[in-house]
Amino acid sequence: MTRRPLARYVLRAASLATALGLWQVLTSLDIDLWLRFSQFPTVTDVAHALAGRLSGADYWTDLTDSLTRILTGFALAAVLGVATGVLVARSPLAEDLLGPVLEVVRPIPAIALVPVAILLFPSNEQGIVFITCTAAFFPVLVSTRHAVRALTPVWEEAVRTMGGGRLRILGSVVLPGALPGIFGGLSVGIGVSWICVISAEMISGQYGVGYRTWQDYTVVNYPGVFVGMITIGVLGWVTSTAVELLGRRLTHWLPRSSYVPGGRPRASRPLAAPVRADGDSERKTQPEQQGENHTEEARDEHLV
Amino acid sequence: MSTSSESVSAPAVPEQEAVRGTRLAFRGAVLGRPGAPVLSDVDLEVAPGEIITVVGPSGCGKSTLLRTLAGLLAPLDGTAEADGSPLTGPSAGRALVFQEDALLPWRSLRGNVELPLAIRGVPRGERRTRAEAWLARVGLTAQAGQLPHRVSGGQRQRAQLARALADSPRAVLMDEPFGALDAQTRSGMQDLLVEVLRGTGATVVFVTHDVDEALFLGDRVALLGSGRVAAVRDVPRPRDRAAFDAPARVALRRDILTSLGS
Repeated sequence: MTRRPLARYVLRAASLATALGLWQVLTSLDIDLWLRFSQFPTVTDVAHALAGRLSGADYWTDLTDSLTRILTGFALAAVLGVATGVLVARSPLAEDLLGPVLEVVRPIPAIALVPVAILLFPSNEQGIVFITCTAAFFPVLVSTRHAVRALTPVWEEAVRTMGGGRLRILGSVVLPGALPGIFGGLSVGIGVSWICVISAEMISGQYGVGYRTWQDYTVVNYPGVFVGMITIGVLGWVTSTAVELLGRRLTHWLPRSSYVPGGRPRASRPLAAPVRADGDSERKTQPEQQGENHTEEARDEHLV
Repeated sequence: MSTSSESVSAPAVPEQEAVRGTRLAFRGAVLGRPGAPVLSDVDLEVAPGEIITVVGPSGCGKSTLLRTLAGLLAPLDGTAEADGSPLTGPSAGRALVFQEDALLPWRSLRGNVELPLAIRGVPRGERRTRAEAWLARVGLTAQAGQLPHRVSGGQRQRAQLARALADSPRAVLMDEPFGALDAQTRSGMQDLLVEVLRGTGATVVFVTHDVDEALFLGDRVALLGSGRVAAVRDVPRPRDRAAFDAPARVALRRDILTSLGS
């Protein structure tokens, strides 16, 4: 039932192509059914605008500016979030000292900190990094705290009975054991970071994808706005995929189920007769497979 | 202790190696978590190099006793001693083998066995040689590079045994290490344990709920019941499968089962 990787990539590409196609049809035909697509730039307009931008220098300056801001802010947030999360989870004193402040600051949207950033930092640049960092900090902090608290106590006890001290426990048990949870937080964090870096650039930036997108809006250059939006989308996708891949590589030790959820469970609706027959045949094969697994496990056990 | 002239079937512990083991003792100890004592009036001495098994119904405080000896729990009253001085915390000299999976899941079996050596500061090359030697002794050479969840439960417990013994501890504390294994694997593991302990001279405290396992492995059996150490009995001909039907052993087994049942 599992589709081969190639077939899956074709499906994904088709999904994007369909979305673009729909956009092109709606805008080129100037559809006006309550939702108004007549003012909307078409895909080809946007493609031309993008081609024009790609050959100019400004686009790449904007791109590197935004990337520098987000990567700096995100890296700071990752380090600070993990450190604070571990500290709060492991030390009741730290929890009492830092907990209340963190809980009060956490609900404030990072973008609402723009006035604070302007007051605190001598340059806009640092303010934007500060806002990006704050945005990603909390998801990382919270997930690290949960992951550290959920660690199996035996791991730590095992290392302690080997004579391991605090640093050894931190390096050999706490950090590697919490890594799956930490990466959950980093994945959420990178997404929130993009939202905040773009918003901050729109408000107070000079250069950057968010700044350019807002500029284009103010001069009524709609294709330009869409070029900005697409750029943000692609950059966000690339960076979160990078975080995801790194996480998967670092937590390769996690036991993954051999079950591949590739096939659509077409037989799950017992409505029509042929479908039911299909389901029956599946039900029959399942216990057989399980039986096989059991004997294999049993054989392993007897190797002792 | 048997003299060397009779040591044909029962392996006597040579004098020189017996000194290597830790002398463990409880003196008037009350054991448990703070506010919840489970064992009181514990007075028990474990001689260097001795194997003592601890049996009792579940929840009677077997694990508590072991964790106190490991230094993970402090006695609520009285003292727990190693070589005459009170325990203050865990030490690499007293290795603990856990009932459940205590192998670090992100380290290969080899990596897990190397860990106590790394903590002690053994150089990398020597660490690897010693870990591989121990894995070979427990029959895991082929699985050395595997992650714990890729091997069977019995293999994981063998790796745990290798990890516990890798740094030549002077005492090995075992908390129902074979409790989750099937009967056949379990008796194979008991033989393996006897085999790998031979010549280490380590003192062993082995907690189990299986009376037969306790009688096979222990020089002595300590019975826990109703919040205290109910009895400590000498086992005739320990670690000798042929002695299973010997009248003295059968009588002792009946005694222990009766007092556990009451």
